[in-house]
Amino acid sequence: MQKLLFDVKVSHYIVSMDALGAMQAAIGLVVTFDPQFLQIVGLSLRVTLTAVLLAALIGLPLGAWLALSRFRGRAALIVLINGLMGLPPVVAGLFVFLLLSRSGPLGPLGLLFTPTAMVIAQTVLVLPIVIALTRGTLEELWQEYREHLTSLGLSGWRAVPTLLWDGRFALATGLLAGFGRASAEVGAVLIVGGNIANYTRTMTTTIALETSKGDLPLALGLGLVLMALTLAINAAGYAASRVGARFAG
Amino acid sequence: MTPMLGMPSILPLAVNGLVLEREGRRLLDDVSFTLPRGGVTALIGPNGAGKSLTLRLCHGLIRPEGGSVGWNVGDGRIAGRLRHAMVFQRPVMLRRSVRANLLHALEALSFDRPANRADVALARFGLSDLAARPARLLSGGEQQRLAIARAWALEPELLMLDEPSAHLDPGATRQIEQIISALAAEGMTILMTTHDLGQVRRLAARVLFLHAGRLREDAPVDRFFQAPVSPEARAFLAGDLLW
Repeated sequence: MQKLLFDVKVSHYIVSMDALGAMQAAIGLVVTFDPQFLQIVGLSLRVTLTAVLLAALIGLPLGAWLALSRFRGRAALIVLINGLMGLPPVVAGLFVFLLLSRSGPLGPLGLLFTPTAMVIAQTVLVLPIVIALTRGTLEELWQEYREHLTSLGLSGWRAVPTLLWDGRFALATGLLAGFGRASAEVGAVLIVGGNIANYTRTMTTTIALETSKGDLPLALGLGLVLMALTLAINAAGYAASRVGARFAG
Repeated sequence: MTPMLGMPSILPLAVNGLVLEREGRRLLDDVSFTLPRGGVTALIGPNGAGKSLTLRLCHGLIRPEGGSVGWNVGDGRIAGRLRHAMVFQRPVMLRRSVRANLLHALEALSFDRPANRADVALARFGLSDLAARPARLLSGGEQQRLAIARAWALEPELLMLDEPSAHLDPGATRQIEQIISALAAEGMTILMTTHDLGQVRRLAARVLFLHAGRLREDAPVDRFFQAPVSPEARAFLAGDLLW
């Protein structure tokens, strides 16, 4: 027991010595624009941005429809979508894996272990956020605007452009939240992308892999970029809500 | 703005036997009146009498259980465009600039040269300096002025106003009253609800008095105040509570 504690202490010491050197090497990777490093960052951003764009294209109209329509089972559907906002990424990954695997319904497309598969998985993750937020935002606006817009002949789907535009700041914040969720997750892209070097290796999967291999500089460098990205997303979200608050009066 | 001679008019408006029920309660019961072209008509009565509902029914925002809202021409539209407009008690301000609020309404009704018309409306109602401000940051009086400007820009023959000065201070109230008088003088027909009996005397030529969903009085303003016929109107003017 005594011996074990001692070993743990020693290994901690060694790792922290390593960590200093690793941090220097990591900063080196960032400032010298290391090609492998840039390739990983580029792929991650491309996958996540595409997923957020797709989720917006699908989720904004769906959320608007859900906000303005009344049908049996609507409440259950809203609860389901709100619940899916907390869907664990690995479960989303598993779901898309089953869809895309060779024996799955979309197997013949041969998309498994490609960047496209990662885009699909992340779209599944972001979509509930976009739908739920659009639904909530537009429903509230519609309550307030209903009589005025109806008076102008803008009811039903004709009201949607007005509502989307007037909800623009809240919706932008929602898309940023979706971007944050997708760029930080590791489970879904790992399962459907396969973490193949130079092909489907993203920032998060690289960090997981390189840390377990003991190659800390690359992992740390990517960690720095991810953190900077998170900060930037939050700053943008804050700015959007500040400007939005000004227009909301 | 003012309909030219020979141009078709949606007025007179013939409201016939309106009945409105919600959750088993009869909110309006056999309300009938005719609204000819021109002048200011005040729709008054205690809270819950059905004043706002009557305006909403006339504007087509809700459908009655019985009775009809009949326009001289078609369904209140001429050449496909609604010729009556409504200003709500709490002005609905879109989350956009003052000018964009005007543009939005003009574009919704497919007016040509909307930018031009918006600028004319801004100037007409003294809002030019506020054009770029977010509409929701305006004061209560400015918001009400914008709401009226927005309705005016749509060139209605009949403008319906639901308690246009309910939340305003005396100065803003006077401004709104001046605007209403000016619009009426230009030939626009006004149907408005109000709780302010002084405002009725200052603005209206005719009074429609509603009580508990029934139209109890339809009289020229002088006669209404001097010799109300119904006991409800007498009690209302005396300040007795009515239920």
